[in-house]
Amino acid sequence: MKTFLRIIAALVVLGVIALLAIIFVPVQRTKPTQDLAANWTPEKGAPLYAARMADCAACHTAKDGKPFAGGKAIESPMGAIYASNITPDKKTGIGNWSLDDFRAALVDGVDDEGHHLYPAMPYENYRHLSETDIRALYAYFMNDVKPVENDVPQTALAFPFNQRWGIRLWNWVALDTPGFHPSDVVAGDDQLARGAYLVQGPGHCAACHSPRNAIMAEDGKTAASDSFLSGGEVGGWSAPDLRHAGAPAQMWSADQLKAYLTTGRNAHSAVTGEMGLAVEHSLQYMTDADADAMVAYLHKIRLGQPPSGANAQMTAEDPAQLPNRVARMDSARDKTSAMLVAGKDLSAGARLYMDNCAACHFSDGKGAPGVFPSLGGNSIVTADQTTGLIDVILNGAAMPSTAKRPEAFKMPGFAHRLSDADVAQIASFLRTAWGNDAGSVDAAAVAKLRQ
Amino acid sequence: MARTDPKKDVVIIGLGWTGAILGMEMAKEGLEVLALERGEDRDTIPDFQYPGVIDELKYAIRYGFMQKPRNSTLTIRHGVNDTALPYRHLGSFLPGNGVGGAGIHWNGQTWRTQPAELRLKSYVEENFGADIIPEDMQIQDWGVTYEELEPYYDRFEKLLGISGKAGNLNGEIQEGGNPFEGPRSNEYPNPPLANTYDSELFAEAARKKGLHPFPRPAANASRAYTNEYDMQLGPCNYCGFCERFGCLNYSKASPQTCVLGALKRMPNFSYKTKAEVLKIEKAADGKTAKGVTYFDDNTGEEVFQPADLVLVCAYSLHNVHLLLLSEIGQPYDPATGEGVVGRNYCYQMTGGTSLYFKDKKFNPFIGTGAEGMSIDDYSISQIDFAKEGFIGGSYITGGHTGGRPIGQLSTPPGTPKWGKGWKEAAGAWYNHKMSIGSHGSNMSYRDCYLDLDPTYKDTHGRPLMRMTFNWKPNDIKMTQFMKGKIEDVAASMNPDQMASGYKKEGSQYDTTVYQSTHNVGGAVMGTDPKTSVINRYLQSWDCHNVFVMGASAFPQNTQYNPTGPLGALAYWAVDALRNDYLKNPRPLM
Repeated sequence: MKTFLRIIAALVVLGVIALLAIIFVPVQRTKPTQDLAANWTPEKGAPLYAARMADCAACHTAKDGKPFAGGKAIESPMGAIYASNITPDKKTGIGNWSLDDFRAALVDGVDDEGHHLYPAMPYENYRHLSETDIRALYAYFMNDVKPVENDVPQTALAFPFNQRWGIRLWNWVALDTPGFHPSDVVAGDDQLARGAYLVQGPGHCAACHSPRNAIMAEDGKTAASDSFLSGGEVGGWSAPDLRHAGAPAQMWSADQLKAYLTTGRNAHSAVTGEMGLAVEHSLQYMTDADADAMVAYLHKIRLGQPPSGANAQMTAEDPAQLPNRVARMDSARDKTSAMLVAGKDLSAGARLYMDNCAACHFSDGKGAPGVFPSLGGNSIVTADQTTGLIDVILNGAAMPSTAKRPEAFKMPGFAHRLSDADVAQIASFLRTAWGNDAGSVDAAAVAKLRQ
Repeated sequence: MARTDPKKDVVIIGLGWTGAILGMEMAKEGLEVLALERGEDRDTIPDFQYPGVIDELKYAIRYGFMQKPRNSTLTIRHGVNDTALPYRHLGSFLPGNGVGGAGIHWNGQTWRTQPAELRLKSYVEENFGADIIPEDMQIQDWGVTYEELEPYYDRFEKLLGISGKAGNLNGEIQEGGNPFEGPRSNEYPNPPLANTYDSELFAEAARKKGLHPFPRPAANASRAYTNEYDMQLGPCNYCGFCERFGCLNYSKASPQTCVLGALKRMPNFSYKTKAEVLKIEKAADGKTAKGVTYFDDNTGEEVFQPADLVLVCAYSLHNVHLLLLSEIGQPYDPATGEGVVGRNYCYQMTGGTSLYFKDKKFNPFIGTGAEGMSIDDYSISQIDFAKEGFIGGSYITGGHTGGRPIGQLSTPPGTPKWGKGWKEAAGAWYNHKMSIGSHGSNMSYRDCYLDLDPTYKDTHGRPLMRMTFNWKPNDIKMTQFMKGKIEDVAASMNPDQMASGYKKEGSQYDTTVYQSTHNVGGAVMGTDPKTSVINRYLQSWDCHNVFVMGASAFPQNTQYNPTGPLGALAYWAVDALRNDYLKNPRPLM
């Protein structure tokens, strides 16, 4: 018994020592993955490009706030996490940070004083950044960003999430090897390797598009895992599957996927929600070569075979290109379109669709290429999480204005005009129309989202 | 004392079609450009959003998007011996207000002038002799030819994504298009809109008469379209709410849908709303302008905005008013025929015949602003003026722009104007009426002109502009000619009833009935400073850094809607500015 107690006591002591070590022994910072000369300087334009590709602004620039001055609340299941001020302001920003401090934040998730950052900062992905990009980013924030004095609100999560040392344990489990290691999939192909780098590193696509595992870490950080980019969640919206052969991103042609990423719209669909911000602040600035590389890589890591006939609508002669509305109505052969054109015995959802939606999205649900998104096969319409669909019907949506497509098309919100039941009926109609096959939406779900 | 703002390279007065185009093109030159718009800012969402904008009472009857006479109007009289009175209620014409100007609430009918129209005086003299021109008629050549303008028409049509069918491609007549149009270098950028039933019926009847129907060129996109500024249009849904409304569907070409989204991205372009220009300020030398003074309604003060180049892009009537107030160019005096500013104000001669069919259903609620089948067989280039005894022409269209319940519901002659009888007739005939309309030229005359009113002043204390205008026998003869031609086709369609409305001998200009917002002239272009305000590059003869856009440049009105030539002229002026003037600012002629 005594021995047992001794063992327990020893374990407790060891435990306490370990805990104290976890809390107080500073994190070993990861060394640069490439030795660059101290006087190495990025090429002209590279700092801005690196900052855009990593989309730092998406979180660190608040709505109507000064660039990178922080303060935006990032909603998480644990509570709001406030993005920090990353301008070179010495008092409230990162003006006193050394390059090593800066690298540690991106790669190890710790600040200049060794405090753990919440993983809302996607260091899970940024740790794959190249040393040249890290240096370019550092140069950007030190030299090109205007210092702004802005004290952002302290993140104050409830216990136990306010114990930041716990993140150290999480990191042990969640993080993989730092640096970029091209996999077999892309070996020997520079374009694919570049695409893989952009997707895994700066693009941090997995942060939203990979599912989260039991400890809320990204389930799949590279294509070695089948979960990688197989669909996740952000702010209650589904972030669609990019990986499986039946997913829109895989069924679209390379040109269409590229258009979607760089202009926020293509012949089939348009961005909304968080992805709109990613296009507006980051992806629209991709060089042609980088966009092609990203698209080639995404298509290279496709999983499975497309369901038979599923992409017929993407490849067959597209009725949305027909010269006028009447010709399109006449050409519609599918069950839903025929029912809507006939206008007999329509369900409440179908009638509401004709009254509120068909002007732009048409009775064939195809909208207009580059202008009005197609609703058949649309990932927001059919997502498991119906938040996005309901939100768009209630509050509308807007495409970002991009250099190649400056028109910021907006869909008006219908909250003022449609009851919860109306919205639920339209949503349910859409989720089974034109070959869509998803569950219905009830009025209570709409009521919850109506603000 | 007025505030003075930092100098700009270019100041633009008015942010409608021409202001947006000039703004974009000057910004592309790297110049610092400021546009001043006296109205409100406007965009598709929220201002034209579904379903709020489909409110006929608010926008079509109470003129929600038009200028308010209490803020801006003019006085009108029929003749030089009459006393003009203010136009206190909108009626005959509806100037727009706010960003986009009339470009947001037009129908979208987008035509090119015929080659003969641009050199009308020469054409008439060469073909019929100078002596057929009535003594008081002041028609003249524009100073620019169709051949010169063709590339700019082409560019403007591509900017707007016009839906249509070419009738003359590089001199080759095309089946199904307008065989009487000038030669085009390209097909229209989009295919024609779908026809409504009444358009088809009219086209069929016209063909039987040996006439040549073709789809009216429309700025209502027939399919998704992307223009040179990468701005996009969505396909029109035939909702029937174009004229007097903003487009809810991103389908009607407007400054918003075709230019402004791209223009607002230009870092060297900015615009101010609620900024009404009061005067273009002349430099001490009197040969240039040094900027403009405007009233900033946001701060309630007058502002002097210095600029190197002043582009006058307001509505045609306001362009003339500003030139008169700014004393740029000599005001026209009808007594002596001297002076130029205000000279050759013209309007548009329109007429129409309604056809009522008991057994035909037209579903008029399906419509677009420019849908319809037209004929140009009685256009200016096709009429023997000597034989018919008038100078002018019309295009004729069967079709409709919508079936709105208040303004577009008509009942056959003899129907009571109210009560049970009216209600029954309205119900019985709403779906059974179609119409054929003529849209015709209006010539310029010695005593039809614009000047400053001696009595009435606006809210800023400036004299109102005075319009002196009435219909003349030449143009009434022209419209009566069209009446005959239309009634002939209409009768061949065997309607149960017919009703015609055309100006006839003795008709006086009636400001209370809507006719068209095609007020043109007053600051006309030309090659002789004695008979024009601006030269062939739209440059003021008096102040070489002032360019005046818009339909105020037309020396007489064409038979068509003015937006086509107005846009082509804007791009024509852009080229003169870009390739010549900006490199060496001076009078270009």
